[in-house]
Amino acid sequence: MSDDHGSVYDGLLGGDSSQWAFGTDFEDPLAGVDTTVPEGTDAALLAEYCLMLGDDALIMSQRLSEWCSRAPDLEDDIALANMALDLLGQARLLLTRAAAADPGVVPALPEGSPVPAEDALAFFREAGEFRNVRLVEVPNGDFAHVVVRLLLFSVARLALLERLQGSTDAVLAAVAAKGVKEVAYHRDWAGRWFLTLAQGTEESRRRLLGALEALWPFYPELARTHPVDQALAESGAGVDSSSYRDEMDAVLDQVFAVSGIDRPEGAPLAGVRGRMGRDGLHTESLSRLLAEMQVVARAHPSGRW
Amino acid sequence: MTTTVEPEPQERLQAAFDATIARHDRIEPRDWMPEAYRRTLVRQIAQHAHSEIIGMQPEGNWISRAPSLRRKAILLAKVQDEAGHGLYLYSACETLGVSRAELTDLLLTGRQKYSSIFNYPTLSYADVGTIGWLVDGAAICNQVPLCRTSYGPYGRAMIRICKEESFHQRQGYELLMTMMRGTDAQRAMVQESVDRFWWPSLMMFGPPDERSPNSGQSMAWGIKRNSNDELRQRFVDMSVPQAEALGVTLPDPELRWNEERGHYDFGEPDWEEFAAVISGNGPCNAQRLAHRRAAHEDGAWVREAASAFAARSTEEEVR
Repeated sequence: MSDDHGSVYDGLLGGDSSQWAFGTDFEDPLAGVDTTVPEGTDAALLAEYCLMLGDDALIMSQRLSEWCSRAPDLEDDIALANMALDLLGQARLLLTRAAAADPGVVPALPEGSPVPAEDALAFFREAGEFRNVRLVEVPNGDFAHVVVRLLLFSVARLALLERLQGSTDAVLAAVAAKGVKEVAYHRDWAGRWFLTLAQGTEESRRRLLGALEALWPFYPELARTHPVDQALAESGAGVDSSSYRDEMDAVLDQVFAVSGIDRPEGAPLAGVRGRMGRDGLHTESLSRLLAEMQVVARAHPSGRW
Repeated sequence: MTTTVEPEPQERLQAAFDATIARHDRIEPRDWMPEAYRRTLVRQIAQHAHSEIIGMQPEGNWISRAPSLRRKAILLAKVQDEAGHGLYLYSACETLGVSRAELTDLLLTGRQKYSSIFNYPTLSYADVGTIGWLVDGAAICNQVPLCRTSYGPYGRAMIRICKEESFHQRQGYELLMTMMRGTDAQRAMVQESVDRFWWPSLMMFGPPDERSPNSGQSMAWGIKRNSNDELRQRFVDMSVPQAEALGVTLPDPELRWNEERGHYDFGEPDWEEFAAVISGNGPCNAQRLAHRRAAHEDGAWVREAASAFAARSTEEEVR
């Protein structure tokens, strides 16, 4: 029995790893990029800043990936997985950058553990050590919920990444340049669905307004200045979050206007004595999310995957 | 007076069809085809499409718990590929005059089936690797001959799908290989997973030839190219050296090389279990369909909104 396509079996046992999309060994994703911390930038602060941006992407990706096999249509299933993959890619680079800038942020693992830094950071930190905004961690709701969450998130992230392309840190500038293209698509996808649901049926409009009302209180945190990003902005490696608040508002107002929806009036979600997601103060849902995400990795702290 | 009797148009069409099949050429969507051929193809392609869509669940079960970010990316991309395969196959099926909505309905009401392998549970992360290695491996054995199947759109979809499946198989095998180089607990996890999936993988080729009701006609039509037992043997012969290289044992005491046949001899799968799973009583049949149904029903208002929005936009354009 032979046929034209039998060659698909060849090489299964071979050692040529060049045919694997993700490589067969664990390679440093930042190989070839200048990882020296720029002059005038505090390495520990740079690491914290990378954790903030990396954790936003990681947790948002985790929530998006929960949609896999659950979307209203195959096309949207594929689109949601795509966006989850983009953000996962950004998270990996940013966590790896955090570890390179300040190895002190990486949790200790048993001696000789082959777990790479990005995974030690993703799977072996406690909820209070995560620096993401609270918007990305709350549990998924219906399809309107994912559309609104993604719209708010990508409006902020695109504004941030556009500015971060000019970072004095070569790694952040590279991550931003790649991310801008990805997040521009995410924002577009969310914006189109926002309009569709707003103008679709009474039911879709009702659900959209419900999701908007529920998520709006999380919006201001996306553009709230934190001492870390302020310090990084001063040194030229980062961006002050409040510097793009006006742009975010303008983009959203445009989407609201086209969709015939009034800007919500809900007040911002308070923190606890001023502490919010960026300070490690989260909603109750983050530790549940992490319990699930980290369970296998934590059971095998010396595991090789 | 002598008259030449013109063959009936139907007979001429049938003769042209038979000639195409005999030449091993492709039948294309606008060619005439016997109704039974069309029905068989719709059934087979739809079943294949449904398998891709239901098949997203057992592996999708581990996306949220993937133990490294790299593995999470690989797994998510793979499950996304399966959605893509479902899309190509539904499109191929639509060339035969049925809509994706009709086919979805046939799946959700249990009138069309999907591959039984997906009614087995995934119980550890090693299952992600084992599914790639054995389940995708068995699928490839089944599907590679379909690249030359007589219906054009199906054959062309299969060429692309087989390439991607073969990539998934390598990724799965590579995960297992990596885990085998890890801790004792990881090695045990791999062996346990292989023990569970070996026999269900052999069942993926269907019942033994003497008990396969649809095979004869499908072979004659060039839809199917090899018998169930031939493909099963090919899979076993392929998998044994791979298991050795991996360092796992296959759970079959009768498995041994037969010099005379030039093939491995192997034991008989549990056909009673196979029958139970096929008839809806597998470990996950109800769960898989319920998940699919819930996703479809939860999305109904979104699809309605999209249609209403599209209809309104078209109206405005016309005006």
